[in-house]
Amino acid sequence: MNEVLLRANDLSRRFGGLVAVDGVSLALARGEIHAVIGPNGAGKSTLVNLLSGELAASSGTIHLREIDVTRWSADRIARGGVARTFQHTNVFPAFSAFENCRLAAQAHAGGVPGLWRNAHRYPAWSAAALAALAATALAARAEVAASTLSHGEQRALEIAMALAGAPSVLLLDEPLAGMGPEDVAGVVGLVRGLRERHAILLIEHDMDAVFALADRLTVMANGRVIASGTAQAIRENAEVQEVYLGAAGELAS
Amino acid sequence: MLIQILNSVQYGLLLFLVASGLTLIFGIMGVINLAHGSFYMIGAYMAFALAESLGSLWLALPVGIVLAAALGLIIEWLLISRLYRRDHLHQVLLTFGLILVFEELRSIALGDDVHSVPIPALLSASLPLTDTLSYPVYRLFISGVCIALAAAMYWTLQKTRLGARIRAAASNPEMAQSLGLDIRWIHALVFATGVALAALAGMIAAPVSSVFPGMGNQVLIVCFVIVVIGGIGSLRGALVAALLIGFCDTFGKVLFPEFAGIAVYLLMAGVLLFRPAGLFGRA
Amino acid sequence: MSTRRRIVLLGGALVLLALFPLLAEKFYLQLVTRIMVLSIFTLSLDLLVGYTGMVSLGHAAYFGIAAYVLALVAPADVGANVWLTLPVALLASALAALVIGSLVVRTAGVYFIMVTLAFAQMIYYFFHDTRVAGGSDGIYVNVRPQTFIPGIDLGDDLHFYYVALMLMVGVFALLATLLRSPFGRALQGIKANERRMRSLGFATLRYKLAAFVIAGTLAGLAGYLAAAREGYVNPEMLAWHQSGTVLMMLILGGMGTLVGAVLGTFAYVLLQEVFSDITRHWQLLMGTFIIVAVLVFPQGLAGLAQQWRRRRARLEDASGE
Repeated sequence: MNEVLLRANDLSRRFGGLVAVDGVSLALARGEIHAVIGPNGAGKSTLVNLLSGELAASSGTIHLREIDVTRWSADRIARGGVARTFQHTNVFPAFSAFENCRLAAQAHAGGVPGLWRNAHRYPAWSAAALAALAATALAARAEVAASTLSHGEQRALEIAMALAGAPSVLLLDEPLAGMGPEDVAGVVGLVRGLRERHAILLIEHDMDAVFALADRLTVMANGRVIASGTAQAIRENAEVQEVYLGAAGELAS
Repeated sequence: MLIQILNSVQYGLLLFLVASGLTLIFGIMGVINLAHGSFYMIGAYMAFALAESLGSLWLALPVGIVLAAALGLIIEWLLISRLYRRDHLHQVLLTFGLILVFEELRSIALGDDVHSVPIPALLSASLPLTDTLSYPVYRLFISGVCIALAAAMYWTLQKTRLGARIRAAASNPEMAQSLGLDIRWIHALVFATGVALAALAGMIAAPVSSVFPGMGNQVLIVCFVIVVIGGIGSLRGALVAALLIGFCDTFGKVLFPEFAGIAVYLLMAGVLLFRPAGLFGRA
Repeated sequence: MSTRRRIVLLGGALVLLALFPLLAEKFYLQLVTRIMVLSIFTLSLDLLVGYTGMVSLGHAAYFGIAAYVLALVAPADVGANVWLTLPVALLASALAALVIGSLVVRTAGVYFIMVTLAFAQMIYYFFHDTRVAGGSDGIYVNVRPQTFIPGIDLGDDLHFYYVALMLMVGVFALLATLLRSPFGRALQGIKANERRMRSLGFATLRYKLAAFVIAGTLAGLAGYLAAAREGYVNPEMLAWHQSGTVLMMLILGGMGTLVGAVLGTFAYVLLQEVFSDITRHWQLLMGTFIIVAVLVFPQGLAGLAQQWRRRRARLEDASGE
């Protein structure tokens, strides 16, 4: 059994009367891509926000390896090796692609930040940034301001920033949103390549991509998990087909 | 003791009247208006000038309110309307410039002296409370006006269609606009109302607190503290905070006169430690 | 603008400032000294507002605290020891910034503006209402601090001018270095997108607090120099009017650039002199100017220069075809 890196147990989040996430449990193991699917409003993005520490859970626990990180802030969890991408592109528009990634690498430096030396003269960070850009095929665009990158390139930059910090867990929130077919193929290949060394959570609506990548699938609706298991098992699950796959008219066998 | 309590309540209610405009303008229009205190000052000076020329405060009040509302509409149309899409920094600066302009215009028109405004004869009596104590009727009048206006604000916002439109414009301007609401008009109305409220507060306060150049700035800072403690955009928060500050300030002056000015800020610091978004604010 | 061109321009300005005393008469010497001291104040605010995105409306508090420390510890008839009093004054400002900073750094946006203003007012009332430091009358600093370095006599306006110039350049260079460092880059990231910085793993509150304290300390340096130069300290140095004015100087020059902070200070003070000559009610002109400036050139002078350069570049492109 693969090493479980991030585990959520009976996680819930309430907003006043609304229960956005209701008793969700899942485990992310190294070498596995765990996809979470469900209709809009199912609570998937809230789940990512809970796992990344941006939102505090109303009840339940989150464990990073053996440590209870339920009460940890977003920056502390990120430093613990959990990186996320955002559904709506959330890069630094005025900075170059390189600087975006370099900052991501710098975040994991630890200790007191340097006050004197030019930040570009820290070889470890520059190397990590360039490697992340290379992995996402953005090496040629390193010096370009992020705001002038194409949409597909910006989505790729999101992933590059997540990689630059050398995380062990990746939370990918709809990485393919708004992408054209060629870009999609590129990102799918990229994510597949990342599987071996990371534990990956993938939120996506593109069912082709999901079934091409996922090892495990969790299906959510109305904040609850309605099915969870291997990709194959979920595909054949009648209830899931009715709620989500069938209703959407997607995917034949 | 009873006198102090009544004074605290009256002061708090008056502060609420001014602060309500500030928090509404910010809550509904997203504009931080440093010149809000200036409108209070303008109200007080208007009370002085109009009461002298018209003969009584009673006549001065309606005239002053109309003038203030008109001023509010003009300022909104000319300047504030250009600030909606701008960041807070520019709003702060532009309204800071407005403060300078208002101060100097007042200085040119009415001078820099301190003035007093006589209490209207009808309200100048004192109401006996106990054998030895009595309380000025005028102060009760001030409290009464503030309570009446607070109730009117609550009723308008919660129970009328106009209020519903205003609240819709506040929570989701684009949606409200696409549904046919005239945002521009609502903004102008809210701003003019806020200005009129501040000016009215200045006018009715004038007989008890005297009219002096720095009064606008002084009340502005307190209003900021009220809005911070109460939570931006929350009228209920503003009321609670204003009353809290009324007590804090009044009793502070009695108990530790030299440090009374600081007491209010310590209160704010305390609230911030536990609730960075204010007592009733949405973070 | 290329780095080379920028260095040449800055160097030229420096030379101009260095030679200025040889040409100028006493009044202008004192005026430019005052401007340079204020520039340090504006530069300190630039770190906070222009680079970290924290709009403080209470920065004058740290300016005034250091000024008051000097006034309170200065002997009545002889110059204070600058090597003892300056560090103490800076420490006072830094501590105040640390205490207030820890309370306000959790807030953001409008709240932050309002609480920084309110806390500065608290300090203002402390100095204004109590007799601890002369109340609204203020205190005099009869003799300027001594450096005990032969040849540098702060009592001499010319010497003071050059000391102020060196310190201004020093603060400028310090901030330039700081902003290129990992710490400085993180601050700029926080201004650009604080949420993203947190999700990357930066403990943004600590960075913001550090920026607040550094800015407060540098403001203290300006306050100490101002007190030494004027020879007089009063609560108005802490008033929110002062905080608003320094913010205006920053915007006028163009925040987000260090040069802009200095330019804005020069422009503002010179404008103030011009307006004061025209009328006693110069604030009316200044207020109107501020309003117009915000509406018409919100990027400040530095922004105007940028726009002008871009337009020239576009014209050159067009004519080149």
